[in-house]
Amino acid sequence: MLSSFLQYEFLRNALYTGLLIGFIGPLLGTFVVVRRLSLIADALSHVTLSGIAFGLMLDKKFGVGISPFYAGMSFSVIGSVFIEQLRRVYKAYQELAIPIILSGGVGLSVIFISMADGFNTDLFNYLFGSVTAVSRQDLWTILIVAILVTSLIALFYKELFMLSFDEEHAVVSGIHARRIHFLFIVLTALVIAASIRIVGVLLVSALMTLPVAASIRIARGFKQAILLSIVFGEVSVISGLIFGYYFEIPPGGTIVLTSILILLVTILVKQVIQRTRTKRVKA
Amino acid sequence: MTTPVLSIENVSYSYEQKDVLEHIDFTIQPGSFVGLVGPNGSGKTTLIKLILGLLHQKRGDIRLFGKSIDKFKEWDRIGFVSQKANSFNSGFPATVYEVVSMGLTSKVGYFRFFKKKHEEKIKEAVDLVGMSDYIHQNIGDLSGGQQQRIFIARALVSEPEFLILDEPTVGVDTENVHRFYKMLRDLNKNKGITLLLVTHDIGTMTSYASDIACLNKQIHFHGDPESFNDLNDQDLSNIYGHPVNAVTHDH
Ligand SMILES: Nc1ncnc2c1ncn2[C@@H]1O[C@H](COP(=O)(O)OP(=O)(O)OP(=O)(O)O)[C@@H](O)[C@H]1O
Ligand SMILES: [Mg+2]
Repeated sequence: MLSSFLQYEFLRNALYTGLLIGFIGPLLGTFVVVRRLSLIADALSHVTLSGIAFGLMLDKKFGVGISPFYAGMSFSVIGSVFIEQLRRVYKAYQELAIPIILSGGVGLSVIFISMADGFNTDLFNYLFGSVTAVSRQDLWTILIVAILVTSLIALFYKELFMLSFDEEHAVVSGIHARRIHFLFIVLTALVIAASIRIVGVLLVSALMTLPVAASIRIARGFKQAILLSIVFGEVSVISGLIFGYYFEIPPGGTIVLTSILILLVTILVKQVIQRTRTKRVKA
Repeated sequence: MTTPVLSIENVSYSYEQKDVLEHIDFTIQPGSFVGLVGPNGSGKTTLIKLILGLLHQKRGDIRLFGKSIDKFKEWDRIGFVSQKANSFNSGFPATVYEVVSMGLTSKVGYFRFFKKKHEEKIKEAVDLVGMSDYIHQNIGDLSGGQQQRIFIARALVSEPEFLILDEPTVGVDTENVHRFYKMLRDLNKNKGITLLLVTHDIGTMTSYASDIACLNKQIHFHGDPESFNDLNDQDLSNIYGHPVNAVTHDH
């Protein structure tokens, strides 16, 4: 099955992109999940959508050729800065920043989409992901994002880890919590925008959270949790792409369903292991 | 005279309307083991947050190792165990080793990675609190008291000169409370670490600490345990605002 994937250039692009986002999504997703910020991924993906819609609208109305992909990425990063500002304003209700930004993103999207005279296949591809729409240039962009994200996370791993575990302790130890957090949120925005080509706006947060949800059930330690999340992420993306292609379904759907399957299996396996252990203790 | 580890002069603090600390003067000399006691809501945690720079005083002066707190940068000289250390997200996938390693993060510094010598230090610190058997377990799978010991190891791993503990023995059983106080006394005597310990456990405290300080909005008493024990019930109930049971001695 994989051989035909390597035959056509567009499928190769999709496969390589898939491998990249299957890596960076769960990598950053592990930090997102343990900090209980899963919903930020949803907020940012909708902001990205408004950027994409803005790009499509400019193209259609004014013939300005900005790639919707880049427009989405810029909106996502700007959105992440806004979230941070709002979280500072609503210190005691930090989670409020998420619905504010999410609804703002949807609102803008609706306006831009209708200005661009409604839906078209391009938009459909951005919403649900696509196997065929990934260009070589998209692949390069995503490769650069992946290298940037991975090296920054490697460089600031110990600070990010500390900040995720116990913010107060990080501050007391003299870590620049605000700057590190800011870096983290901007990286999240980039990863979300990069993943949208394959998984789509509506399901991008799933790629960042479902593999992590499975891995933290069974992982020992944070590094192992990251590693397992990436393994689960890659398995979901690759099998999702292949099924998506053969059954002509947008890959967003198949990738997410594979992730859920993996999640269910880990929960089941863990329960079986625990049950046999307690039985052994009783016996 | 040696520079005090901590000196607080005329510090007051209030949350919005409510005055919590008034005109605090408080000095800790190197090598001392200070027990800070006071009723609930007397401002102990607030005072500690001021010392750690988590809150900023509105009036007065706080100095750490002789340096004004606004300019103080050497936070790795100070270790801290928080009152709510064990209210962290218990599902967090981090091993004991990983948690203790965080105590070295700022000492190692930005753009640098852990090395062999750091790994050794982490293992030593885990050993010091008697938790070596659990080093690769997830922190969430340990009991509350065991978790607390790990947080103490995290505070000790950077070999701080000044260790601040806010009610570290909450949820630790009596036997381990004594082991724990002995461990602190050893650190104080053998390694010369200066200790500031917030506790409600007055009885045990008086047999380990070198100084006792009583806080209730103001510092009402600061002296050695003998003179603290000489305070009569009337003095104590003035501080606490209600009668306090006679201080028990147990060695
Ligand atoms: N974030 C806050 N906002 C407003 N008031 C606060 C805040 N934190 C504490 N307080 C108030 O300040 C007072 C002192 O609180 P603090 O936590 O310093 O007491 P404590 O001596 O540590 O008490 P405990 O023994 O219960 O730990 C209390 O009356 C409390 O209600
Ligand atoms: Mg307190």
